[in-house]
Amino acid sequence: MKFAVPVFPGSNCDHDMVNALRDILNMPADLVPATTTNLDQYDAVILPGGFSYGDYLRSGAIARFAPVMTAVKAFAAAGKPVMGICNGFQILTEAGLLPGALQANRSSKFICQTSPLVVKNTTSQFTTAYEPNQQIQLPIAHGEGNYYCDEATLAELRAHQQILFEYVDNPNGSVANIAGIMNRQGNVLGMMPHPERAVETILGSTDGLGIFQSLIANQQQEVSHA
Amino acid sequence: MYLVKVYVTYKESILDPKGEAVNDALHRLGYTNVQSVVLGKYFELKLAASDRPLDAEVDELCDRLLANVNMETYRYEITEMEAL
Repeated sequence: MKFAVPVFPGSNCDHDMVNALRDILNMPADLVPATTTNLDQYDAVILPGGFSYGDYLRSGAIARFAPVMTAVKAFAAAGKPVMGICNGFQILTEAGLLPGALQANRSSKFICQTSPLVVKNTTSQFTTAYEPNQQIQLPIAHGEGNYYCDEATLAELRAHQQILFEYVDNPNGSVANIAGIMNRQGNVLGMMPHPERAVETILGSTDGLGIFQSLIANQQQEVSHA
Repeated sequence: MYLVKVYVTYKESILDPKGEAVNDALHRLGYTNVQSVVLGKYFELKLAASDRPLDAEVDELCDRLLANVNMETYRYEITEMEAL
């Protein structure tokens, strides 16, 4: 299973992600430039955190039109797994691959802290390694992580178990304490917290490992059944 | 050639923390009669006439890029510029 981590001008969590994948999880992973137009050789794509294109206009608004995003859309449409972390989540909402939007934190402050989360759905391919309603600790670091969607969209998210992670103490004002969601098809995940920064004891938490381990185990199982 | 002035603001239902921060700062400066502040974005576009209706084109580029229609709304003014 091979991972692609697209690098946009202004991405800054791309190397953390590749470090987690290669050095901790022993998975092949490539940094691919935002100009890449073909992702055929990869089995999963992870859009990293950062401030793509300086967050000009809105977070993710310019990155959405980078050449690689055409390939990411085709990749997602083919049912292959796509994850977006932090700025990656913002890009996925701007691209229409996930519903809703990320707006400025309610406090107007950039928040950088470890936040407790509850894993709400443990049947998705991203979360099977966790126990139902397990509380985990992941770092957050964002100024615009306040998830917004309208009531109809929230009802849809709930009806199809698309809410994977909720904040315990909602630090940014997100609708329904939402920290991470997936699309209805279950192959696109977006979350503001940083699992790649919680993969080694020395980092303070290993609670982020479960997301990668879930995805890898479920994808490998799918391959062996194919 | 046309000059298009586009104003993008949050929908009324959306929290505007930056506007609130400016509102609070004005109150601290003594302008206590300021009731509210809306902080938005302002764009000036210069467009050459094309074979498409101008307002359809401006609507489209606002929907696709200048505004996030999940949480923002926009309005614009079009004025014809004098030929140089």
